[in-house]
Order: sequence, then structure tokens, then C-alpha cells
Amino acid sequence: MSSIAQKRGFGATLWDYMTTVDHKKIAILYLAAGGFFFVLGGIEALIIRIQLAIPNSNFVAAGFFNELLTMHGVTMIFFAAMPILIGFMNLIMPLQIGARDVAFPFLNSLGFWLFFFGGLLLNISWFTNGGAPAAGWTSYASLSIHSTGHGIDYYALGIQISGFGTLMGGINFLVTLINMRAPGMTYMRMPMFSWTTFVASALILFAFPPLTVALFLLTFDRMFGGNFFNVTMGGNTIIWEHFFWIFGHPEVYILILPAFGIFSEIFSTFSRKRLFGYSSMVFATVLIGFLGFMVWAHHMFTVGLGNIANAIFAVASFAIAVPTGIKIFNWLFTMWGGSIKFTTPMLYAAAFIPSFIMGGVTGIMVATAPADYQFHDTYFVVAHFHYVIVGGVVLAILAGTHFYWPKAFGTMLNETLGKITFALFLIGFHLTFFIQHFLGLMGMPRRIASYNSGQGLDLGNMISTVGAGLMGIAVIILLYNIVITQVKNVRVGNDPWEDGRTLEWALPSPPPFYNFKQLPLVRGLDTYWLEKMEGNKGITPAEPVGDIHMPNGSILPVFISLGFFIASFGAIYRTVYSWGLAALIIGLVIAFGSMLLRSLKDDHGFHIPKSELMKDDKNKGVKA
Amino acid sequence: MHVEEKFTPKTWPEAPEKATLEGKNKFLGFWFFLGGETVLFASLFATYLALKDKVPSKAANISSEIFTLPLAFIMTMVLLTSSITSVYAIYHMKNYNFKKMQAWLFVTVALGLTFLGLEIYEFYHYTHEFGFVFSESAFSSAFYSLVGFHGGHVVFGLGWMIALMVRNSKRGLSLYNAPKFYVASLYWHFIDVVWVFIFTVVYLMGMVG
Repeated sequence: MSSIAQKRGFGATLWDYMTTVDHKKIAILYLAAGGFFFVLGGIEALIIRIQLAIPNSNFVAAGFFNELLTMHGVTMIFFAAMPILIGFMNLIMPLQIGARDVAFPFLNSLGFWLFFFGGLLLNISWFTNGGAPAAGWTSYASLSIHSTGHGIDYYALGIQISGFGTLMGGINFLVTLINMRAPGMTYMRMPMFSWTTFVASALILFAFPPLTVALFLLTFDRMFGGNFFNVTMGGNTIIWEHFFWIFGHPEVYILILPAFGIFSEIFSTFSRKRLFGYSSMVFATVLIGFLGFMVWAHHMFTVGLGNIANAIFAVASFAIAVPTGIKIFNWLFTMWGGSIKFTTPMLYAAAFIPSFIMGGVTGIMVATAPADYQFHDTYFVVAHFHYVIVGGVVLAILAGTHFYWPKAFGTMLNETLGKITFALFLIGFHLTFFIQHFLGLMGMPRRIASYNSGQGLDLGNMISTVGAGLMGIAVIILLYNIVITQVKNVRVGNDPWEDGRTLEWALPSPPPFYNFKQLPLVRGLDTYWLEKMEGNKGITPAEPVGDIHMPNGSILPVFISLGFFIASFGAIYRTVYSWGLAALIIGLVIAFGSMLLRSLKDDHGFHIPKSELMKDDKNKGVKA
Repeated sequence: MHVEEKFTPKTWPEAPEKATLEGKNKFLGFWFFLGGETVLFASLFATYLALKDKVPSKAANISSEIFTLPLAFIMTMVLLTSSITSVYAIYHMKNYNFKKMQAWLFVTVALGLTFLGLEIYEFYHYTHEFGFVFSESAFSSAFYSLVGFHGGHVVFGLGWMIALMVRNSKRGLSLYNAPKFYVASLYWHFIDVVWVFIFTVVYLMGMVG
């Protein structure tokens, strides 16, 4: 395997991506699959908005509407936002800390394929006669165990499989960040995005097991005769709510912290200043991660846990505003006095601050336990969480797509089209969700399929739908931008934004598969910027050129994931069709057999000889 | 140090499981994995405590009627002993004594299989003697899930250790397989620790609470 470009057929490329353990290629897989699910979830959202545009609408049936809103939530959280962010982590984090790959390249590939087959499994439910899951993305047990058809079964197993993948990704990133930093890359010199990856990975490690258990309990109840949530048999449905939110609230921070990381990089890059208050930024990130585990019951104020429990969780929730405020001010002070360039990523970053603050302020409102009894289950809550998720995470994803596109693909997205996308998306976003605050305050409940006219809800809903359409157009322009950029294929150099500060910008775009010919010597925060300011062309190397050890690719991750995929169908249809049990057993044999094969077959990796590295150097001018 | 390097007891490093970068990564990654597993079992314990003795009617079994301490005590002793024998195995791994390591692993696996046999007998006894099946009540579901998840971990751990022993039986220790033996034994200790909590929370509290 050489980094010299070769023309290859489609089959060879497909095989390459199915067996790859290269973190940059896995990142592209994550971005592509996550982008696909993002479009899917967006189409679901548009259908929801078309249905709600006018009162008493019959655009879709009420049952189908429930499937749409459930799948919109599940798809966007589990199969769009998280994979895309994990894609960015995969793409950038190893480059930022000066590593040649992640700690467990095989697990990295396995994580992707588990996510992919999980998402596939969930979406196949659309085409089965029971339809997609329809109990909301929270799938409260009181509703979900009585749901007919197999939708909830697909929900439980699809998320379970992809959750395993996410857990592996979290462990992988943690170990990479602890063990594989380049010489001189101390913790307090790690770029902000790497820090947020670290904390988000720790959250994944501790937040996903409760979800795993909750989904197992749901699976047992629905498919294997369990009674965890069956009240007549002594069960308790509140157990599901606790587990779901013990996972669900940290999940919000798993999404928003990497988004904060991306924005931190963009703010300092395009203000051409080092990030203001770096150490307080690190502190705030860790504190948000810690507090994120202490607040889950604020989703359950109306369950009846009692005033004392509600008060404690309300105060803990308010506390999160403090470290978040620290971050907001640090970003503002980073821009202050900087020599700001308003590129597309910077526009997103600047728009993110007011948008996210609005989500934060309504967050304080809904965290106020007595007031929450009024807001609960209304469109006010819908507006709140879309302001933090779209105004925070999705803006970061769009900003990151423009910002890191050259590092992944070696081309630059068109800036004019990028700015049009930005303007349409931002206007559409506020148009859609700002009015929903007031719809909620006027009493419109969330998750309803229709409403009567004459309640003052007509105009607001129509405005909201128009806004959603603008966001849809913005995404189409982005896709067009991507296509023409890749067709034109104008190659760019190491540092196409010209103001790169961290190690990834010292490498070619895209970097060679071994990343660093010589591991870099990190001399401070924003080490590439330091070198540039001293007039150096590249990074000071920490080692002489020598053989590089790289891992071998493997097809086994696809087979392990495929095994669980097949077994899921077996579990779902075990009692309905005679082939069910056989599929369950065959699937598990494939999965565990592939794991055994992985354990038994030695895999020492391979070495890139020094001579080949020197040859690469001459051909492409690769500098460490 | 290199994975394919040949060693003598004198040149064998003090911490062979962490002598290579791959080993170091495995060591740390596995500790993180056990951290996640701890949360998983904590969730199962929480479920069990919430649903303990929660049954639909007086006719259904509750914990004080079916558990017997002697069996649980024997199982505990067998599993705790297997933890000690796995420590001996790793002690010999660190001294580059492959044969003794394999022997102690063999004892560990034998004790593990004994434990598993007793657990299967226990479940068989409950279902056939008392009709205490998985779907009888919320309590039975919670019991079989918690203890069954642990049992599943025992099965996986035994399969793992046997695979390692058979795979490496002819070729001895290297820096490639030393971390594998090490993390397998970590996993085995974790299974033991979980059982200590099961013994306390399920069986002891089941008799008195």
C-alpha cells in the first residue's frame, strides 16, 4: 500500500473502504453515512412541518405522523449528529495530537460498521408491515411495551447495535488521547477540539451502559417474556425513564461539547488570536461533563419524584449555566481585538453565539421546576431543544464541514455558495423555531398530528413551516456545493485557510495514510502557529526518519456487525416465523465466530520502510 | 522492545503487558471498558433492587422463599478461589514461566466451569422446583437478568481463556500475547468482584431483607 495515487475500479475502492482501519477513511465513512441519515431525518422533519402547516391537515395519517416524529428524533440524534461528530473526531483528533492513528484501529472500523448496520436495521422498519417505531424518540415504557407491530423492536435493537459501536469509539478516543500524544503535547497543550473529544468520550463511556441496560430490559419485555415494565406483574415503567435520561442528558453534552470544540478552533483561527482563557475553557469543559451526569431528573419533573428531588435537580441544572457562560465569554474575548476574517465557518461561529444563548436561556426556564409544569410537553420544549441542538450542534457540523473539508478531501468548498447556505439556514432556523416558543406558551402540545383552527396557532405554524423549507433549500445548496467542488477538484495545500494554528494544518490535504513521517515535537499551544511566526516552513520533528509501523486492514468488522444485524431479525421474528430462531443463532455465530477469528489470527501489522518514505518525500513534498 | 522479539526469563521485562505501545493501549483501554461494565452492572443492580420481591400475587415466589445460602456460599468460594489461581497464572506470566502459567489458567478454567455448572443447577432447581421462571414476575425477570448477565460474562471469560490457552499452547509467551493473557485475567477478576456484590445484594439481603 502506497500513498501514491492510483486509478482504481469501484469494486477495489469499495473493498478498500470496507476493510480500512485508517482513521481518516473511517472518518469519511462516518461523515458520508451520517450525512445520509441527516438528509433522511431532514426529509422526515419537512413532512412533519408540511402536515402541521395548516390546521386539520390530512397530508399524512396520524399513525404515520407518530412514526415520522419518532424516527426524526432517533435518526437525528443517534444516526446523524453523533456519527458526524465522531467523524470529525476521527478525522482531526489524531492529527491534532500528532498521532499516526488511533489506539485501536480495528475497533475504530468495528465501531463504524456497528453504527451503520444499526441505522440500517432501524430504517428497514419503514418497509415492514408493522411500520417504524412510533412511541417518540424517548420511547417511554408505558407506551412502548403496548405498541403493536415490530417498530419498537427495531428501535431497541437498532440503537443497541449502534450503541456498542459508539461505546467502542469512546474508549478508543480516550486511550488515543492518553497514550498517543506526540512528544511535547502535554494535556494543557492539547487543542480545544481534542479536549472536548476527551470529555465527550468519557461521557460516552459512562452514559451508554445505562442505555444498553434499558434497551436490554425493553428487548426482554417485548421479545422474551420479561416483566420489567409490566405493572400488573410487579414491574415499574419509571425505571425506563430514569435509565433513558441518565443516558439522555449526558448525550446532550456528548453532542454539544465537540461542537464547542469545533467552534473554539474556528474562533481562534479566524480571529488570528490564541483562544482566550484556554485553561478556563478546559476547566469549563470538564465541569460541564461532570455536571452533565447530575441533572437527568430535570426531564422528569412532572413524574412526581417530590419537591426535594425536583429542587436539587433544578439547582444542579442551573449550575451548568456557569461553565457554559465561561465559554461564551471566552469566545467573545477571543474575537475581541482579533483580526477577524469572516469566512463561512466563522459566520457560523458568530451566529452560533446568540442562537445558542437563546437555547440556554430557555433551558434555565424549563429547568425551573415549578414553571416546567407549564412548559412540559408543549412546543416551548420543542423550541428549546432545537435551539441548543440546531443552534449549537448542527451549526457546528455545518461550520466544521466547511472548515475541515480540505483536510478530508483536499479541496475547498465554494465560499460564495457556503455563505448563501449559511444565510438561508440561519434565517430558516430562527423562522422555524423562534415562533414555536410562543406556540408552546399558547398551549400547543408537542407530538400532536393536527390542531383545530381558531386557536391562534395557524399563523405561527405556517411561519414555522416556511422556515423549515428554507433550511431544506440551504442543505440542497450545500449538497450542490459539495458536488461541484469535487467535480472541479482543485487541489489545495497544507494550510488552505492560511491561519491554521494546530498540527493538522501542517500536514498535506489530505494527509498521507501514516500522517506524520516523523512524529512532531510540540513546543506549545498552537504549535504550528508558533513555528509559522518563527518563519519555519514545517514542524520541528521529534525523531529521525525511520520505519513506520502500521496496522493491517480487516473485513472482520463488517462480518461482526452483519452477524448482529442478522441476529436482530431473528430476535424480532422469533415467535412469528419459523426461520426466526435459526436467524438468531446463525447471526450470533457469525458475530462471535468473527470475534474468535480476530482473537486467534495474529495481526502484527506491517512496516513502511524508510526508503519508501524518502521516495514519497521526493514525489509529493511531504513534510512532517 | 518489539512484539516478535525472543526472550529469556532474564531479559523478559518486568511489566510485559505494558512493554509495547499496543500492550499499553490494551491495558488502559481494558480498564476503561471495565469502567463501562461497572456502570452496566450498577444499572442492573439498581433494577434488581427496585424490583426485588415485586410480584403480581401472593402465589408468586419471593427471594426469602427460594434462595438457599449453602449453594450460594459454595459458588462464591469456587469463584473467589478461581480469582486467586488467575493471580498465580499472571505471576508466572511475569516470570516468563509459560508452563506454570498454563497450569494455573487450567485450574482457573476448571473452577470457572464448576461455578457455571452450579449456576446452571441453581437456575434449573428454581425453575423446576418452584416454577420460578423468567416471565413469572418483575422480580424473576430482574433476578435472571442480573445473575444471568453475570453468568454470560463467566461463559465469555471462560471461552476467552480457553481460546488463549489453546492458541498459544505451542508457542509460549511473547510481548504479543502477554497483554492478552493479562487483560483476560483482569476480566476474570472483574467477574469475581461483581459476584461478591451479587452474593451480598441478592443472596444475603434476600435471606434477611
